[in-house]
Amino acid sequence: MLEITNLHARVGEGPSTGARGALSAVGGREILKGIDLKVGTGEVHAIMGPNGSGKSTLAGVLAGRSEYVVTAGSVLYEGKDLLAMAPEDRAREGVFLAFQYPVELPGVNNAYFLKAALNAVRRHRGEEELDAIDFMALVRDRMKLLEIDPSMLNRPVNEGFSGGEKKRNEIFQMAVLEPRLAILDETDSGLDIDALKIVASGVNALRSPERSTIVVTHYQRLLNYIVPDYVHVLSEGRIVKSGGKELALELEEKGYGWLEQEEVGR
Amino acid sequence: MPTTDVNSYVTDFERLNDARAAAGPAWLQEIRDRAFARFTALGFPTTRQEEWRFTNVSPIADRVFHLAAGPDGLAGSEHLAAYRFAAAEPVEIVFVNGHFAPALSNLDALPAGVSVRSLAGVLSDDPDRIVPHFGRHAAFEDQPFVALNTAFASDGAVVETSPNAVIGRPIHILFVAARGGEVSYPRVLVLAGRNTQMQIVESYVGVRANGDHGRAGIRGQGSGEPSFTDAVSEIVLGDGAVVDQYRVQREATDSFHVSTTQVRLAHSSTYSSHAFSFGGAIVRNDVNVLLAGEGGDCTLNGLYLAGGSQLVDTHTVIDHAQPHCGSHEVYKGILDGRARAVFNGKILVRPDAQKTDAKQTNKTLLLSDDAQINTKPQLEIFANDVKCTHGATVGQLSADALFYLQARGIDRATAQQMLIRAFAGDITGRVKIGALREHLDDVLLRTLATKSNPTRRSSGTADAKAAGSHDSSVRGENPREVEAEP
Repeated sequence: MLEITNLHARVGEGPSTGARGALSAVGGREILKGIDLKVGTGEVHAIMGPNGSGKSTLAGVLAGRSEYVVTAGSVLYEGKDLLAMAPEDRAREGVFLAFQYPVELPGVNNAYFLKAALNAVRRHRGEEELDAIDFMALVRDRMKLLEIDPSMLNRPVNEGFSGGEKKRNEIFQMAVLEPRLAILDETDSGLDIDALKIVASGVNALRSPERSTIVVTHYQRLLNYIVPDYVHVLSEGRIVKSGGKELALELEEKGYGWLEQEEVGR
Repeated sequence: MPTTDVNSYVTDFERLNDARAAAGPAWLQEIRDRAFARFTALGFPTTRQEEWRFTNVSPIADRVFHLAAGPDGLAGSEHLAAYRFAAAEPVEIVFVNGHFAPALSNLDALPAGVSVRSLAGVLSDDPDRIVPHFGRHAAFEDQPFVALNTAFASDGAVVETSPNAVIGRPIHILFVAARGGEVSYPRVLVLAGRNTQMQIVESYVGVRANGDHGRAGIRGQGSGEPSFTDAVSEIVLGDGAVVDQYRVQREATDSFHVSTTQVRLAHSSTYSSHAFSFGGAIVRNDVNVLLAGEGGDCTLNGLYLAGGSQLVDTHTVIDHAQPHCGSHEVYKGILDGRARAVFNGKILVRPDAQKTDAKQTNKTLLLSDDAQINTKPQLEIFANDVKCTHGATVGQLSADALFYLQARGIDRATAQQMLIRAFAGDITGRVKIGALREHLDDVLLRTLATKSNPTRRSSGTADAKAAGSHDSSVRGENPREVEAEP
């Protein structure tokens, strides 16, 4: 369902965009240096790696962040050229990025936002738009899954949310939009164990043979709750090791230094 | 040196005076003569004057406008539907080209405790009623456009409430500029009695050929000439009075609109102003508030939208003359095309005005590289136990916010519109009259649709494929922020 071949990307020129300011400091430098990855339908892949290895860049490139420039390689998503699509078209085709840093949208009502998003996706799929009543029924159902307070719906998107609330809101949006490919970008960062369990059980509830998931994480902890089929280790913009779920445990034990040395020794 | 020749105004003034000398009381004529003398002495302002540095009014000064003759030019009240907001049992006083149009007004079922009359009517029947107020608040000594209005104003609205009256329905004062090439001088006098509570809506609308608010069926629009509105409102609050004032300017985009709102607050009175500016080629709005009694509280909110080559200039002055008064000011602007805006917010805290709490914010959203804002806070503080803050931000739509919306399947144009509406909603959301709030949201959407044309240059380089491919993007947010807390 997803086939990444020899993907190279760097940060483009131009002003930074706030949350990603750290990356723009290295503007122009190549971050992804030839990623090859195949994700089959229904599979859960974990991408692990130290800070600066390119994990979030990969997630951003797949979702269509405009500050990254792809310099080589290709990404086929269900046989289509993903990189040629606008971000909104990728979303409508079923790609969902759970943001590492969900964006606050002051003045944009959460329910209004979510309904606009859902109906944009439904229109694209040729499904009828949901009216307010059906929308609310769906949303209530999914809110329970993520243990979300219904008052959240009437608040501006992510504004004044705690870190945990923001991450739960991301997975809640995923539950409403029902993507075919979910990319979770460090969804565990900044979560306490209780919030982590809620988020993980939400993700697990959405696991299905039709849905593929890429879990980007720095720590193995999340993978205790979202158990992956495959684990890949990213270092210096390349996948340096792939294996089953046990690879995550090995990494936890030995740290990333072990792999980097192995890489140097090759 | 006055830049221009004011001869056409001299001719008109003399002619008008011959006509109204017999009717008007002597005190009024004396004010008019003094005001006109000031206008001829001052002339139209130039950009060499500090208060007019960024606003060149020569397109107004260089043009001859005919004095609006009468309330004709409108075929019938149905053409005003677009400018009315749906309120049950509306109270409306309508002026066409500055003249009272009784047939278009709805004044039959006034709530108890309020009188709504035309200025012309008051001047002929009961002129002494307004002696202490008319022309006494809006100073014309140094303000040529106030002087001009004061000299010429023959009609307008006089709204008065009895002490303790709570007026349950908003009073809508609607000024329609229905003919091009003419100047009108709308005048409003609001006298809010002690402990009274009321809501006033002032609308300034225009209908002309090619005007973006044009409606079929309105006559008198064929001249192709812009209209000029020079408006003055004086709002006087008694002790403990609560007045909410809404001002909606929707004149044609080639028209000229200059206004001064002068407000006086007595002891423990509360005033809020909500100013919306959509139309006009050159728009200058002055709002001057005098906190003349202890414990007064004033809120100034504003939203201006400008595209094309529109210029919207807002000058506010909040004069804290007494202790324990609060002022809260939030003005927001959305600028596209080559539009320019000016915001000058002066807060004066006089030596006696201890315990003043003043807060001022100006935020501007620039939708194009060529749009421009000159924003200037001006704090003059002569008391030592006060809290005064001001802040100004200028920015573009956040690239992160746009991407977030797009990443959820919302197309770029819709995402931009959502973010712009959210920015504006901060001000429209403060409108307390529900029907007016909906009306303004609707006007906002339609105005954005005509003004905003979010085409952007490409940010991807030619030899590389942007990860976001598609149409490229707005530049990252580039806020220039000033925050100060003296």
